[in-house]
Amino acid sequence: MNVQLPFFLDRIWLIPMFPLITAAAMFFFGRRLKNDVVSWLCAGSVFVSFLFSVGAFFQLLGMPVGERVASKILFEWIPAIPYHTLGGGMAKFVADWGFQLDPLSSVMTLIVTGVGFLIHVYATGYMAHEGGYYRFFGYLNLFMFSMLMLVLANNLLLLFVGWEGVGTCSYLLIGFYFHKKSASDAGKKAFIVNRIGDAGFLLGIFTTSAVLGTIRFNEIGPALAAGHFAWGDPRLTAIALLFFVGATGKSAQIPLYVWLPDAMEGPTPVSALIHAATMVTAGVYMVTRTSAIYQLAPAAMTVVAVIGAATALFAASMGLVQNDIKKVLAYSTISQLGYMFLALGVGAFAAGIFHLMTHAFFKGLLFLAAGSVIHAVSGEQDMQKMGALAKKIPVTYRTMLIATLAIAGVPPLAGFFSKDEILGHSFERSHILWFVGWLTAGMTAFYMFRLLFLTFHGQSRVDHEVEHHIHESPRSMLIPLVILAVLSVIGGWIGVGHRFARFLEPVVTIHHEIRVEPIFGRQGLLAEAGKQTIKEQLEEHSALAPGEEYALMGASVAMALAGIVLAWLLYIKRNDLPRKIAASFGGFYRTVYNKYYVDQIYDAMFVNRAKDLGLTLGAFDRNVIDGAGVNGAGWLTRAISRVSMWWDTWIVDGSVRLGARIVWLFSYPVRMMQGGRVQSYMLLVVIGLIGVLAYYLHIVRHAIH
Amino acid sequence: MATPQSMIAPDYYLLLSLALFTIGVIGVLTRRNVIVMLMSIELILNAVNINLMAFSRMWGSVDGQVFAIFVITDAAAEAAVGLGIILAFFRNRETVLADEMDMLKW
Repeated sequence: MNVQLPFFLDRIWLIPMFPLITAAAMFFFGRRLKNDVVSWLCAGSVFVSFLFSVGAFFQLLGMPVGERVASKILFEWIPAIPYHTLGGGMAKFVADWGFQLDPLSSVMTLIVTGVGFLIHVYATGYMAHEGGYYRFFGYLNLFMFSMLMLVLANNLLLLFVGWEGVGTCSYLLIGFYFHKKSASDAGKKAFIVNRIGDAGFLLGIFTTSAVLGTIRFNEIGPALAAGHFAWGDPRLTAIALLFFVGATGKSAQIPLYVWLPDAMEGPTPVSALIHAATMVTAGVYMVTRTSAIYQLAPAAMTVVAVIGAATALFAASMGLVQNDIKKVLAYSTISQLGYMFLALGVGAFAAGIFHLMTHAFFKGLLFLAAGSVIHAVSGEQDMQKMGALAKKIPVTYRTMLIATLAIAGVPPLAGFFSKDEILGHSFERSHILWFVGWLTAGMTAFYMFRLLFLTFHGQSRVDHEVEHHIHESPRSMLIPLVILAVLSVIGGWIGVGHRFARFLEPVVTIHHEIRVEPIFGRQGLLAEAGKQTIKEQLEEHSALAPGEEYALMGASVAMALAGIVLAWLLYIKRNDLPRKIAASFGGFYRTVYNKYYVDQIYDAMFVNRAKDLGLTLGAFDRNVIDGAGVNGAGWLTRAISRVSMWWDTWIVDGSVRLGARIVWLFSYPVRMMQGGRVQSYMLLVVIGLIGVLAYYLHIVRHAIH
Repeated sequence: MATPQSMIAPDYYLLLSLALFTIGVIGVLTRRNVIVMLMSIELILNAVNINLMAFSRMWGSVDGQVFAIFVITDAAAEAAVGLGIILAFFRNRETVLADEMDMLKW
């Protein structure tokens, strides 16, 4: 195994370390550094990571297709502990600080460091006038470190370290304006909701090690092959579902999506980096990373696909009526993440990662452009107080237009390719899933153009005082916008001809050589199972005719255009209509506007129940434990000590004091002799003198007589 | 040498001396002010001087007078040193009262 790896591949472990070093530096000396120094250090360290990622990527490309894995184990973390697996065999639990770069993690590393660097540059402009500049960048770099650990880890436990790290940084950054109650509440909400998912993920890791006997990614495949698992083995389904619970938390899927809209309380670069481009895609990455297990768990795959499609549609419907520019983007992000899970659920792992990448470009760009708009109108986020900004901030407008076209799925921009691939694969598996995705595509186009029209076109509804201050953002903010706009245009082209899918293929379909034993015969999918590999079966079942492919493509483009035209009709041509429509669908509109009251339902069902439980336990603590237990013991102790005190004071101390008093009385004459007063000494001398004289005279008198 | 007729009997001198000495001792023992105590000590010394002078005259010897001179010198020196001590003490403790000077027991 001691093959000398090329330079960058041998040093992949350094990629997360650069941001960690600067994060530590910010933590220890940040307060003393000037803002310029902070900017250069923090953005610079991410740029160095990016260079290393690019180097590693090209050196990985230089390797033969089948061998594109570079792993580097720094040191053993948890030494080998032998235990019995559920299958009865012996296994050793090993976890190490090991890093692994394969096509999947390479793509993720490039996205994280590349987009991350651009957002760092943007943030130097956006945060320039904010307090806690060094704190912001320290957290941001800590996040970069955690995220890179997450994508470069070679085992589930180390991935979990990064997973928790990004969650913590998300919490810290959402609550960055901690003096604002809504922000600190949103941070807590994000953290707590994520904990629920994390618990599922952790249980999934335990189950994996119990069932498969390993948590290393490169050993999961061989363990599956060696374990003779049936297709649909309930143990694998359990693992896959537990992992998905973790993914719903981190990637904001039903039912744990509620934290993401609130997370918009954080600074806009944070929304762009963490809550759009990178962290929320961790769930997608994790499912793809463990795709070997998912491929053998069809029930779990169905759950993933259905939840993904449902989330996509549900979140898009909420995005239709939001007025806060960042909230629209937040629901859009949830919806697009739903798309990614739909892709994973139908087995199109590469398409999911592809959409993850293009989404990182255009959604990162949308958030940054939205931040630039907010910057221009002095912090206003309500789209009803914007309008006609296109002329005043032209660069922001143009980049945002490109991103909006990209997310709407207009060819030949990035979103079109990735979304089309997902829809195509969904159609192969289920027409209903495809229809939901297709509908969502139209809604996406509609609400994104609604956002664009409300913000940049029509009449200006900006407050008069703000109107004078409207200005284009500084260059440090515009350059990242332009770069991301370019990426949003060309980012999809690498998917043409399935090049992207072929690049990822070694990772997501390693196990197609496993011969499966069918238990789900009724789907007709495995008519000749036992003779074929999974891959052959899937391919046989799901070939899409070329005509169908183009028809689907045409349908999605038509849907996107329909959404755009509808938005134009409602918000440019007849902008009195939306109000009338809202009025005529009063009850339904209010339900959607209030996000289906999901937050209220969760409050009533879980949050308030948890609070009640806490209050009950608190009352029990106060009354029974504190009252009867602690206070009772206290009362008893006081009563006993009172008696004891009386005994001490009057009997023990009393005898001592009596002795002292007696000594004091008898010592009076002696004390007088030692008073330190010269006159009392003299008096003694005089008395002594008189005594001596008297004695002497006495003797003399005797002598005379 | 003076004739006995012209002499007042030594008893009177001794009585005067005794009175002075007693006044001095009582003064030293009872007065609180150290300066007055010093003055009382002067009285005691003067009582001694009167004794010396009385016996010197009685015996017709100058030895007593010489001693008296010594005692006066000594009294002067003592007054100087004593006052110096009192001044130094007053600067530190802001008092010249003997009953407040109980530091000897330390």
